[in-house]
Amino acid sequence: MNELLAQIRTRLGAFELDVELSAPAQGVTALFGRSGSGKTSLLRCIAGLQRAPGSRVQCGEEIWQQDALFVPPHRRAIGYVFQEPSLFAHLTVRGNLEYGWKRVRPDERRVRFEDVVAWLGLEALLDRRPNQLSGGQRQRVAIGRALLTSPRLLLMDEPLASLDLESKGEILPYLERLFAELKMPVLYVSHAPAEVMRLAQRLILLEEGKVRAAGELNGLLTDPDLPLAHLDEAGAVIEARVEGHDEEYHLTYLQTSGGRLTLSRSSLPVGAVSRVRVLARDVSLTLTQPEQTSISNILPARIVGIAEDRDPAQLLVQLDLAGSRLLSRITRRSAASLGIGVGMEVFAQVKSVALMA
Amino acid sequence: MGLTEADWQAVWLTLRLATLTTLILLVLATPLAWWLAHTRSRLRHPIAAIVALPLVLPPTVLGFYLLLLMGPNGPVGELTQWLGIGTLAFTFTGLVIASVLYSLPFAVQPLQNAFESIGQRPFEVAATLRAGPWDRFLSIALPLARPGLLTACVLTFAHTIGEFGVILMIGGNIPGETKVLSIAIYDHVETLEYGRANLLAAGMLVFSFLVLLGLHLSNRRVRLYRL
Amino acid sequence: MNSSLRILLRSLLGALLVLALPLRAEELRLAVASNFTAAFQQLAPRFEQATGHRLKPSFGSTGKLYAQIRQGAPFEILLAADDQHGKLLIESGLGVPGSEFIYAVGRLVLWSAQPELVGGSHEILASERFRRLAIANPLTAPYGAAAIQTLEHLELYDSVRDKLVQGENIAQALQFTYSGNAELGFIAWAQLKALPAKQQGSFWLVPEDLHEPIRQEAILLRQGEDSQAARAFLDFLQSPQTRALLKEWGYDTPEAEPR
Repeated sequence: MNELLAQIRTRLGAFELDVELSAPAQGVTALFGRSGSGKTSLLRCIAGLQRAPGSRVQCGEEIWQQDALFVPPHRRAIGYVFQEPSLFAHLTVRGNLEYGWKRVRPDERRVRFEDVVAWLGLEALLDRRPNQLSGGQRQRVAIGRALLTSPRLLLMDEPLASLDLESKGEILPYLERLFAELKMPVLYVSHAPAEVMRLAQRLILLEEGKVRAAGELNGLLTDPDLPLAHLDEAGAVIEARVEGHDEEYHLTYLQTSGGRLTLSRSSLPVGAVSRVRVLARDVSLTLTQPEQTSISNILPARIVGIAEDRDPAQLLVQLDLAGSRLLSRITRRSAASLGIGVGMEVFAQVKSVALMA
Repeated sequence: MGLTEADWQAVWLTLRLATLTTLILLVLATPLAWWLAHTRSRLRHPIAAIVALPLVLPPTVLGFYLLLLMGPNGPVGELTQWLGIGTLAFTFTGLVIASVLYSLPFAVQPLQNAFESIGQRPFEVAATLRAGPWDRFLSIALPLARPGLLTACVLTFAHTIGEFGVILMIGGNIPGETKVLSIAIYDHVETLEYGRANLLAAGMLVFSFLVLLGLHLSNRRVRLYRL
Repeated sequence: MNSSLRILLRSLLGALLVLALPLRAEELRLAVASNFTAAFQQLAPRFEQATGHRLKPSFGSTGKLYAQIRQGAPFEILLAADDQHGKLLIESGLGVPGSEFIYAVGRLVLWSAQPELVGGSHEILASERFRRLAIANPLTAPYGAAAIQTLEHLELYDSVRDKLVQGENIAQALQFTYSGNAELGFIAWAQLKALPAKQQGSFWLVPEDLHEPIRQEAILLRQGEDSQAARAFLDFLQSPQTRALLKEWGYDTPEAEPR
């Protein structure tokens, strides 16, 4: 098991980084924070690209840094994807992919060259030069190049930040599929909530070089004490399984821990597991189960928290749906007229659900 | 009018001198340029300035000090005498040493620029792809610095071919040993043998033009696949 | 305002006067063989003080100066180190016929900066105690040609041939030897005498019968034909006082030479 444990302490001018983090052996842990919060420095320290004396980094059984011990980056089994693709201009796509691949002993390779090429859809690009690729293609090559070193830890520093919207859209499905395949911890730096909601299972929230909060994704997304819940696109991400399709009305039924959700016909097969995103502004509350309404997703919920929002006209209500957390953003006046309070049983009306697949 | 044997000897000597100087400078200038491109040492700027000195100094200054240094009472001269190889003025070896010094900036500066323009990122990427320091130098720095390497070679070679003042000062005009092309041309001009001077000079002109043209063309091609 | 303008005008006028001065006292451009450098530099102030003219010498090997004059170099007088190039200039119309005369006869010395090396004879040339023998380029410098003649006459040329290094002119041959890079050098007797006594090392004065006499000819060039200063300098060069000085400095003076 390659669980990552890191304690990073370093000072960069006036900036101080003091972080203790862990990432499970599988799954994506997002490092989320504003620019300047120390995300990239943290990643570089873990990779050994930046010296941080007094820090400690351990991946699985291997200790990469502790006291006087410092394993240089080229001896750490990491894959690192930089914000810019940074392909080697003097090599073809194949040359770039093979660069790290060739430097790993054959008996230590845990991925097949063809598999990585196939996962990332690079078959047709192998003989091209980096300057003949689009931004998205370059970043796919960079990801493939990192994966081909058979890393025990994948570090990604805002891999989509330098891409335009179209390229992002092109590359996201590849990332999702990839993360489902990989048997290693992934640390994914981002400051884009949409990316984090879509890709991460766990979240570490960095603020000014310190960990503000860390934990399972939805728990942090829906915690009114954390800034994420106060973003415009604040919402919850919950696991869902495709239960069935309604061909007549072109609908798909999803099973979540909080109950059944109905949405437009999806192409996912029955039984497929995915995640849905429910934005706080799309959730309204009623005290009784409405009989005559156009809203099809009405789930019983219990109020577990009520918090001020950024807009003084609004309140943020934290809901518990049999274990799943949802957020609802309602006006202060509605809250008063409904007379809601923590502990009350209510019904959450969900206007819209986005299936993330 | 054709070239005499003495002229051919001068041509051959010049080519030998330029080739040897270029090879030696590649070996010396590459690590020096690498160091200059990456060090944060306080010595960086003084050393860069020393390397650039031959660009601004008249060749006579360099020739003068070389003559003093390599002379029997100079430190280099004392060393070479102690080693039993006599003094180096008026020898081919002396010319090679002078040419190496004189052409040093022409080798170091293109290389340094090339190394600097690569930046740190490709090396960091290579490090995360399991390449150690030497490996990174060979597999990343050298290929990415190729245009600079080529420029350094060509400039060094051409500059050595065209060297005159320093050689005039420390060469002693010995046929086959220190009488290089530029000196031979000078001698022909001084003795009013314009025909032979013209033949050699025109050959040198055409050669230099072709070298520089080739450099420009190949660098343009190289630039095509830079990001 | 007014007074500063006046100062400005005055200084402008002053500058103009300074610039105009050399127009009245003539400026003379001379091509001077390298061996004569030291002697010339001693003679020049005497001449300038006596006449008010200014001398602008260029030093080099006779052959080089000759080539420059052929290409239109703006000299009024050539002080050569031989009596060949002057005749060539007259033939080609660049020298004034009849103006030529021998101003000095040079003497060649074999010299070493080391005090003991040359024991007053040419024996050293036959020995292995030196690695380099500096001479002036025999193609352009008469002293270099004289050195080769001397070696041939002594039948030593073939044995020292590989040890020869050529200075571009006799001044560089002196410099090679002076700096010790060449242990031996054939230079002009006058050059040696111009050195401080402590630096005169050891030498052998080459007997005059071992080479063609180094008859150094002065010639008035076409460009100096109308120059009062040029005539004055040539007269000065032949004056008994100058001859006496040249004798002191290491040149024979050609009493017998007809003018």
